[in-house]
Amino acid sequence: MMPDLGTYATEVTLAYLGSLALIGGLTLWVWLRGRRVRAELETIENRSERKRHG
Amino acid sequence: MSTTSLWEYANPVKFMRLSGQVLPWVAGLAALLVGGGLFWGFFLTPDDFRQGSTVKIIFLHVPAALVAINAWVMMLVASLVWLIRRHHVAALAAKAAAPVGAVMTVIGLFTGAVWGQPMWGTWWAWDPRLTAFLILFLFYLGYIALWSAIEDADTAADLTAVLCLVGTVFAVLSRYAAFFWSQGLHQGASLSLQPGTRMDWVYKAPLYACMAGFTLLFVALLLAGTRTEIRARRSRALMVRERMYA
Repeated sequence: MMPDLGTYATEVTLAYLGSLALIGGLTLWVWLRGRRVRAELETIENRSERKRHG
Repeated sequence: MSTTSLWEYANPVKFMRLSGQVLPWVAGLAALLVGGGLFWGFFLTPDDFRQGSTVKIIFLHVPAALVAINAWVMMLVASLVWLIRRHHVAALAAKAAAPVGAVMTVIGLFTGAVWGQPMWGTWWAWDPRLTAFLILFLFYLGYIALWSAIEDADTAADLTAVLCLVGTVFAVLSRYAAFFWSQGLHQGASLSLQPGTRMDWVYKAPLYACMAGFTLLFVALLLAGTRTEIRARRSRALMVRERMYA
């Protein structure tokens, strides 16, 4: 399945693995930060709601 | 879509509603095109007669550079909207675009260096296009740092918008330096609307798929990031209100 990359196998593999790691890391960071901020907002909104009705 | 209805999405509630509906589709299509395009480029394209297998690096390098430059252009437009019309969603969208653009700039620089070493015999040259691209990366870092350094969100949006206007010079140079200075090492555009074949369709087709995929990936991360920034802003506002009534 793996294509024969010849003399430049190291460079091509490095470029793909490095770039995919960066894209994966960025996507994960955006997703995790989104989840954290959303959870924080829900906590604050619930607290405000309780204060208003309690 | 009329101009009036476009401005309606400067309303955070409307933006959150629309982006929530669109985001899964954009993200899914981006994953499909990036995954499919890179698989096509890596596994199914032949080696070039001069570049050998390093030609496969183009499927990462060109789309990443395209997004890196256009992300800054998008930030410029959003910054102008903020400066002129004071729409918070525009400022927050520019803020959300910066980390994505910065990472794409790193990918462009990294893949360019990895390709340049065997093809040019050097990892790096102070070529006008490469240098402008490196300065663009430094502007991305400065832009992100400036947002983090200023506590007041509106002041941060004002100052980063001005920084964005200045950095636009280097975004433009990154794209057009090869035309301005002929002594550079970096070649001209790989793709052109001018007549004449520069690249065979065997490479062009997966490259277009990757370019579309990277662009949609940027849009997906931009929407997700902007939604997060809007929520973070609402959290800060609620906390300020809590403190006032405590």
